Amino acid sequence: MQSLGLDVLFKGSNFIRLLEGLWVAVRISLISVVLSIVLGIPAGMLMTSRSRVIRALFRVYLEIVRIMPQMVLLFIVYFGTTRVFGWDLSAEASAIIVFVFWGCAEMGDLVRGALISIPRIQYESAAALGMNQLVSFRYVILPQTVRRLIPLSINLITRMIKTTSLVMMIGIVEVLKVGQQIIEANRKASPNAAFGVFATVFLLYFLICWPISTLASWLEKRWA
Amino acid sequence: MEKEVILQYLPLYREALLLTLRIGWQGVLLALVFGVACTWIRQLKIPVLKSLVTVYIELFRNTPLLVQLFFLYFALPKAGIRMTPELCGSLGLGLLGGAYMAETFRSGLESIAPIQEESALSLGMTSMQALRYVILPQAATYSISGIVANVIFLLKETSVFSVISLMDLMFTAKDLIGMYAKTLECLTLLVVFYLIMLLPVSVFGSWLERRMRRAEFGA
Amino acid sequence: MEHGNEVLRIEHLHKEFEGNVIINDISLTVHKGEVIVVIGPSGCGKSTLLRCINALEDIQGGQILLDGVPVDRTAKNISRMREKIGMVFQSYDLFPHKTILQNVTLAPIKVQKRKKEDAEKEAVELLDRVGLADRKDDYPRQLSGGQKQRVAIVRALCMHPDILLLDEITAALDPEMVHEVLEVVLSLARSGSTMLIVTHEMAFARAVANRILFLDDGRIVEESADPKKFFACPETERAGAFLKTFDYE
Repeated sequence: MQSLGLDVLFKGSNFIRLLEGLWVAVRISLISVVLSIVLGIPAGMLMTSRSRVIRALFRVYLEIVRIMPQMVLLFIVYFGTTRVFGWDLSAEASAIIVFVFWGCAEMGDLVRGALISIPRIQYESAAALGMNQLVSFRYVILPQTVRRLIPLSINLITRMIKTTSLVMMIGIVEVLKVGQQIIEANRKASPNAAFGVFATVFLLYFLICWPISTLASWLEKRWA
Repeated sequence: MEKEVILQYLPLYREALLLTLRIGWQGVLLALVFGVACTWIRQLKIPVLKSLVTVYIELFRNTPLLVQLFFLYFALPKAGIRMTPELCGSLGLGLLGGAYMAETFRSGLESIAPIQEESALSLGMTSMQALRYVILPQAATYSISGIVANVIFLLKETSVFSVISLMDLMFTAKDLIGMYAKTLECLTLLVVFYLIMLLPVSVFGSWLERRMRRAEFGA
Repeated sequence: MEHGNEVLRIEHLHKEFEGNVIINDISLTVHKGEVIVVIGPSGCGKSTLLRCINALEDIQGGQILLDGVPVDRTAKNISRMREKIGMVFQSYDLFPHKTILQNVTLAPIKVQKRKKEDAEKEAVELLDRVGLADRKDDYPRQLSGGQKQRVAIVRALCMHPDILLLDEITAALDPEMVHEVLEVVLSLARSGSTMLIVTHEMAFARAVANRILFLDDGRIVEESADPKKFFACPETERAGAFLKTFDYE
């Protein structure tokens, strides 16, 4: 145990501290996912809009999200807004803004995909029954899209959690940062702590994401 | 924005871009190799290796690259395995990408109806020949959009390389902001250089996808 | 017929799937040049029989011998065995990424290691026989169902199989295309090909068969070496009832 540096984990409150660090990342991602879903659904509906201008705007938005690394967006929001607009955003607020910007696009695209996959005839038969757009959307289209969307949104959660690991790069103390601190503090006593700590962080991330993504693919198969 | 500052920083960013591109594409190449190897093992259902491949894929798909790099670069040396930052970067990216590519290839293969393989077998082909001449060429076409998405994803992921002290674009930007506080110039250059890196791939990818779809075997 | 002419021998074949018996103790011998037509209601096991012969299904009992050699799904030489058994499926299943000519020559070149020119020369001749030589550079998608099925037959023929298995090859075709495919099969029969045919085309069965097998519930219920007689007055009640269902047509 000593040689692999696992002993450090059981010293004092080290393991609890790691878990607390992980919670920081998970909390940021959960807040971001909820906001992404709330904003993503109307965004997705707008993406199917008949207006060319709206569609073009969303195309640009999607393309930015598709091409720009989240890391770059984090830098822009965290460092850029302070300098340019004089805002003093906390690192956590910047992170949430970026992840919602990204997540909303992803969610919107999923919603759009689910909406256009509903056959035209469904809209037509709803209209033939005298439903207006709102009513047909609420009672005919939405229930069908939700089923397709749930597994994909669950998947978005794991991607969000994985991406949150980036926040350490703008100074948020999350699990990796806590890990570094623990290693630093125990440099003398257990020089191999890096192995034990980072292997544990690796495993912790896996233990959170794996069940969620397994659930998502199980639902996807079941509801396919 | 100050023009001189931009001109002054330009060479630094160019260096960083070249480094990022080199490691990024090495990683993509490794990802394809790992992905093919895993698919091979899964297709042939080699007993123990098959389970190992599943463990590998699940492990690397369900953890962030950042954490993987920390493990490769900071943890493994304690177990006696030392790598240069550059090797670490390409290997980490390759391992992550390999897991994603393997899943993409799998869904590509699954989209080919079983009767295609049966037709090939009934013509006297071995499973290997059926895979090579009949299944793979078709699966590759179906997988193109997934492969392109993976490549873009992997090239974007290179943005965390600075944690293993690689002087990539993020590293350069952060360093310069820290030293000279020319934030606007630094961030603008950062965005421009990522566009230079990723826009061509994205455009080429969409073109390839359209072409593949249109050309679908003489339709 | 004498023993030396025997191409295929099936002994007490038994096949189950998830507890259901699909083929129940079928024995059958096919001689060179014979055309045997297998008929029966849907789900009677006739397609499964063909798939077993080509070792596309695992079997739970009995054995299948081709030229005296067992056809075993798990054997190393199974692809060598399959070379000698040509099979054409209901859904024709040409390779969509290959041209017609490539579809036909792929296996001769890669499996039998024949020279490309020779394989292509023969392929064009055979395609010409089914009236499709001018389509050799097209892709399957550009052909009609009937044309695709004719190509699938040529693809199987190019391997010079000892026996040809045809599994409901007209079932997925538009009615006006059935004829062009059956013509090809009739001409193969006339030129002495050994064939085992599963079909729902009764008039065709009567015209092409040397022998009729009527399957029901995984067994051979009636076997007749006189197709005309079989279709006119079958001996078993079940075959009679089955044939009656076609009378409305």
